[in-house]
Amino acid sequence: MTAYRFLVNGAPAEVDVPGMRRLLDVLREDLALTGTKEGCGEGECGACSVLLDGQVVDACLVPVCQVEGRIVRTVEGLSLAARERGSLDTLQEAFLEHGAAQCGICTPGMLMAARAYLDAGGGPEDDAIREAIAGNLCRCTGYTKIVDAIAAVATPQD
Amino acid sequence: MPTRTLTPGTDVVERALVVDPGQRVPGRAAGYPLRREGPAKLTGAAKYTDDLVFPGAWYGITIRSTEAHAKLVAIEPDPDVDWSKVIIATAADIPGDNIVALKKDDQPVLVPVGGEIRHHAEPVALLAAPDRETLRRLKDRIKLVTEPLPAVFDPEQSDHVFAEYEVKQGDLALGFAGADVIVEGTYRVGHQEQLYIENNAMIAVPGEDGGIIIHGSLQCPYYVHKALKRALRLTSVQARVIQEETGGGFGGKEEYPSMIALHASLLALKAKRPVRMIYERHEDIIATTKRHPAVVRHRTGVTKDGVIVAQDIEVVMDGGAYCTLSPVVLSRGVLHAGGPYRCPNVRLRGRATRTNTPPNGAFRGFGAPQTEFAAEMQLNRVAEKLEMSPAEIRRRNVYRLNDTTPTGQVLRESVAGEEVLEKAVAASHFERVRKRTARESAERRGTGMIPTAVLRSTERRTADGIGLAIGWHGAGFTGSGEVYLASVASVELTADGVIRVLTANTEMGQGTKTVFPQMVANELGVPVDWVEYAPQDTAEVLDSGPTVASRTVMIVGGLVILAARKLKAAVEARNPGVPFHEAFREDAKANGATRIDQPFEPYPGVTFDDATYLGDAYPAYGWAAAVATVQVDLDTMEVLVRDVIAVDDVGKVIHPILCEGQVEGGTLQAVGYATIEEMKLEDGRYLNDRLATYLIPTSLDAPHIRSILVEAPFSGSPHGAKGVGELPMDVGAPAVVAAIHDATGVWIHDLPATPERILAAMHGDDGHERPLQGVMAEPAA
Repeated sequence: MTAYRFLVNGAPAEVDVPGMRRLLDVLREDLALTGTKEGCGEGECGACSVLLDGQVVDACLVPVCQVEGRIVRTVEGLSLAARERGSLDTLQEAFLEHGAAQCGICTPGMLMAARAYLDAGGGPEDDAIREAIAGNLCRCTGYTKIVDAIAAVATPQD
Repeated sequence: MPTRTLTPGTDVVERALVVDPGQRVPGRAAGYPLRREGPAKLTGAAKYTDDLVFPGAWYGITIRSTEAHAKLVAIEPDPDVDWSKVIIATAADIPGDNIVALKKDDQPVLVPVGGEIRHHAEPVALLAAPDRETLRRLKDRIKLVTEPLPAVFDPEQSDHVFAEYEVKQGDLALGFAGADVIVEGTYRVGHQEQLYIENNAMIAVPGEDGGIIIHGSLQCPYYVHKALKRALRLTSVQARVIQEETGGGFGGKEEYPSMIALHASLLALKAKRPVRMIYERHEDIIATTKRHPAVVRHRTGVTKDGVIVAQDIEVVMDGGAYCTLSPVVLSRGVLHAGGPYRCPNVRLRGRATRTNTPPNGAFRGFGAPQTEFAAEMQLNRVAEKLEMSPAEIRRRNVYRLNDTTPTGQVLRESVAGEEVLEKAVAASHFERVRKRTARESAERRGTGMIPTAVLRSTERRTADGIGLAIGWHGAGFTGSGEVYLASVASVELTADGVIRVLTANTEMGQGTKTVFPQMVANELGVPVDWVEYAPQDTAEVLDSGPTVASRTVMIVGGLVILAARKLKAAVEARNPGVPFHEAFREDAKANGATRIDQPFEPYPGVTFDDATYLGDAYPAYGWAAAVATVQVDLDTMEVLVRDVIAVDDVGKVIHPILCEGQVEGGTLQAVGYATIEEMKLEDGRYLNDRLATYLIPTSLDAPHIRSILVEAPFSGSPHGAKGVGELPMDVGAPAVVAAIHDATGVWIHDLPATPERILAAMHGDDGHERPLQGVMAEPAA
């Protein structure tokens, strides 16, 4: 086995596992970051979405050997500063206030997809937001409140 | 695929139908409590079953049948494998009855050697190992020796009937004799998968008392509890069930979790260590319950004024291989089969039969979406025959106060069918949009430019349509169900001065954990944060019934409010002149704990006779309307559902945002049911048994949904609430299919309305009467 080194949520991580081990399992089982969920194991549902060098990927489809030397961000690292204050960041707050999380199992992946969209300068346009989260299935909300929450954050505040 | 972006000039659908992004109001939860477990879910801290760590736990899997019907002759582990390092469990290891306790004692925990395999993917043996790699390696090394038996796949051909009902009022022959027009129709709906995003998951931990502790993803802790006691021969204390954070249920985690908990327990007891039974998506789809497929036949007599005078309806549901909840699903389906319409001469018949397919079970709506789809389709076809507007025919027939239902129930209160209808018609500008789509349809016809696309003109390759449906949904359990359940909910002031709500009702996304403390805080006059919600752990809470049937807020919420009122009265009686919120802390110190256990008491004046099926089938009904607009691609027949206005009467809105969330989510599940969700079977096996092949709507498939909440309170519950979860599921599909008809001129009798079905209907190949005649009659110039 080979040791793989990468950054997770700003902290260095090193795992000594087979190179084809799924990033999802590395996060959940080797690094105890269980915020990232498994919904289908074949890249359809997006529940395991994480950011890899800022891009949304399905952690169930990424072998850990591809993560060597790269930057991984999970839901646990979404708002490190806010978490230290014991609070949520603006995106999480918007999800909470708009009722965008129901059962919550798609929420971590949805938040990561939304984060990537917002970080890339995405605006409050309905079509664009729906396109950005189209890889993340939600069975509870009908998406309306999720789109609303992301749009609220994307709308420049005066 | 059809594009969503609205193009000026070609956008026939009224802007009023589109939910205006400007309506978004940041911080709109103000005034209502935020989702209680929301922060944990949003930070990744919430622990779902698969997130829990039990040191030394093994992994378990299920060895399943690969035939639909066969005799199990032997289970043969490969002699070349060293099996001493793993655990195999079979029916022989079951200490109690080999039965998954539910309605009937027909479903085994594991098929015994010599017994009958009755469906594909039926559990036969269990295997546990320290790691998943070993399981993967060994699972195909256990051979099932079987002798095939003839299988039945058509529910109409099956001679094994799980349940049948007949409900009658008036004189059918007389009714049809007085009709000016008689319309017949047959409607078919297929399986639908609940597709909660969290797969089923159970962890069984052996207890020190010889018992078992279950940590799992589930809706009904006491259903699992009952199943454990029966099959494992445990006492009520030895069997303990703890619901962990649950990632969606929709009925899909009502009954099958009992099976999985038993499997995990058998392995854990034999291995003497915790065993994790976490399903992968593929296994979850092949093995767990689906919405019942149904065939519904209608014969309807109406006067030329559009008044329904006779309805003869027959429902056949496919129960699958075991009874599970089929009798109750069928019962609700039959009772709702006539739709929300008065009819003096009516006969409703239904039967649920056994086939060699995986068992069907609970799914949001519980039989009603199937039969209400048929009822709305039928009424639309009647309206078309009479050249009457779909809104007008509903106006003339929808139940009003003091009308009588087919069971002889007089609707004495809380009747809001007209209100939801009129609100939906007005909010959608239904008649105006309909005129416009009709004009466009007329303009399109006859150009005949593209031979294979009968409705395609050279100018536009899409057609818009608008459709309306209304429905009703009996609140709470059917008939005497709530009386048999005898639920108990509790509110406690602990000796430490903590206020706690104790029920067995689970949070699975719908908001139980938020609204129960909200209702109690409201009664006690304290901030909501002062009220705790006890965990759904059978060692801590009494049985307040299952979290199903939209009953949680209505029935259990009612009990919680009554308990809170009694607690308040008790504390204030001991502290004269001091309001509860000032008195309770000192009171707890002085008097110790005060706990109120509030049992369900039958609603006054509500009676039902299970033998004759006469009386008050439900204490009250919720009422729903939906207007959908669609855009149909005239080359591919792909349907984009663009907007849905959903109007739902829930009795009393407890929490507007959570309530809207139920309406929006239920509406999208109905849109999926109408358009893309289809389970294909071959020899009793699901063919599209992965998330790559069983499709549910994405954010791009989802319409803009605008929910309008209506309150027609039910006087029997202290808050007036009637439930919300299932209502939107009843009306979404018929509204979408009506809109497809408005766009294309064809009726799609069988769900889902896939492009293939629409094309077949347009070419008259669907085996149904073809209402649209002469589309190609006018030749190209």
